[in-house]
Amino acid sequence: MDLSQYLPVLMFLGVATILGVVLLSVGSILGPGRPDAEKLAPYECGFEAFEDARMKFDVRYYLMAILFIVFDLEIAFIFPWALVFRDLGLFGLIEMGLFVGMLFLGFIYVWKKGALEWE
Amino acid sequence: MITEFVNQIHGAYFGFLGEWPTLAMLGWNLLKILVLTVPLILSVAMFTYWERKVIGWMQVRLGPVYIGKGLLQPFADVFKLLFKEIIIPAEANPWLFRLAPILALAPAFAAWAVIPFDWQTRIANLNAGLLYLLAMTSLGVYGIILAGWASNSKYAFLGAMRSAAQVVSYEISMGLCLVGVLIAAGSLNLTEIVAAQQGNLGMFEWFMWPLLPLFVIYFISGVAETNRAPFDVAEGESEIVAGFHVEYAGAAFSLFFLAEYANMILISFLAALLFMGGWLSPFQGLGIPLLSADGWWWLFAKAFFFAFLFLWFRATFPRYRYDQIMRLGWKVFIPLCIFWVFVTGVMAYAGTFVAGA
Repeated sequence: MDLSQYLPVLMFLGVATILGVVLLSVGSILGPGRPDAEKLAPYECGFEAFEDARMKFDVRYYLMAILFIVFDLEIAFIFPWALVFRDLGLFGLIEMGLFVGMLFLGFIYVWKKGALEWE
Repeated sequence: MITEFVNQIHGAYFGFLGEWPTLAMLGWNLLKILVLTVPLILSVAMFTYWERKVIGWMQVRLGPVYIGKGLLQPFADVFKLLFKEIIIPAEANPWLFRLAPILALAPAFAAWAVIPFDWQTRIANLNAGLLYLLAMTSLGVYGIILAGWASNSKYAFLGAMRSAAQVVSYEISMGLCLVGVLIAAGSLNLTEIVAAQQGNLGMFEWFMWPLLPLFVIYFISGVAETNRAPFDVAEGESEIVAGFHVEYAGAAFSLFFLAEYANMILISFLAALLFMGGWLSPFQGLGIPLLSADGWWWLFAKAFFFAFLFLWFRATFPRYRYDQIMRLGWKVFIPLCIFWVFVTGVMAYAGTFVAGA
């Protein structure tokens, strides 16, 4: 494996971060800074903000996040399998069919339970 | 000719700095990164101009015409944004508030490190390129959710929640589409994925034909991933004003803007590379003079087409309702993707994807 190819990637991440920092700094240097209480209040279409914005939110967002982890892990498992699929042949196909099939059963369960409903 | 020119510069540069090889190598990499980053920022600027022009024409308007016949409009916008005050709300978490736009921008640009433009031109030739891209496009959601949370504003918070759930949902179908490409190409390296689409039948060698459902799902998921119309409920001007970046002004806002457009262009390039043969000519192997030659111009033409689709969608479709978006993502795309990945596996087992077949 050629690790030297990863150096430019790391550098690119650095350059992109620096670009963001520079743009923000340029903006705060060039822009005026005249804050007042009204300007710094959270925007609520002209209303006075009446409670903290970090409120309770719908539990379905949590459900989505948990389901996402399950499926994203599945993809992470499938990636190496797909890479060596041709060497594995029929055995690999059946194995992955079983694995994905079982996950799909779980998916059907989630669907029937109504976890995917948004009304 | 261009290659010779670059080789000359390369030779002169390393001749000059030959005594400090590490420094010379770092500097050369930095130069390569800048040669990609600067045109990328410029293309984002021109893309915003093109967006307003195209949507203008579709709505029988002219679009921007005044500043430099309209062509200088994006630059005027940039300077206006830079000279505006960056407002940091009193209730907000000031450092997270500043960190969020940087966190959105950095992965959107860094993902370009592995994009190849032809057989030799690219910044890094990673053997895990596709995995890196999946990771980088996933990181963008942190910027959004952090922006929404740090703003401590109800609109921003709602926008961030919606956006996070939506991006995360469509990422699954996007990842499954990548698995399909992976099975077909047998490699994570983007150059090798393009190489696997070579053949003598012109455009019919491309992965878009055997993987047609995955191709369509990939691009639609890409539109949803970048929070673009018709899936732009994260911004949803008509209900939550501007969503997660409602509290951002000036240069901080421009970072989100830059990230979103860089991501759109990235998705366009990826769709061209993964499914439409990248820089391969649509007439490859047919022996037509000029038209059969492969080259970066084909990649750019294809990417331009996909970038245009983003704008076309925006001008054409009304915004989806949130429950419809989630239903499309979970109940249509994911089962369809899993099914077609399995079909791709069977096709690969049956020998459909032997190079040149």
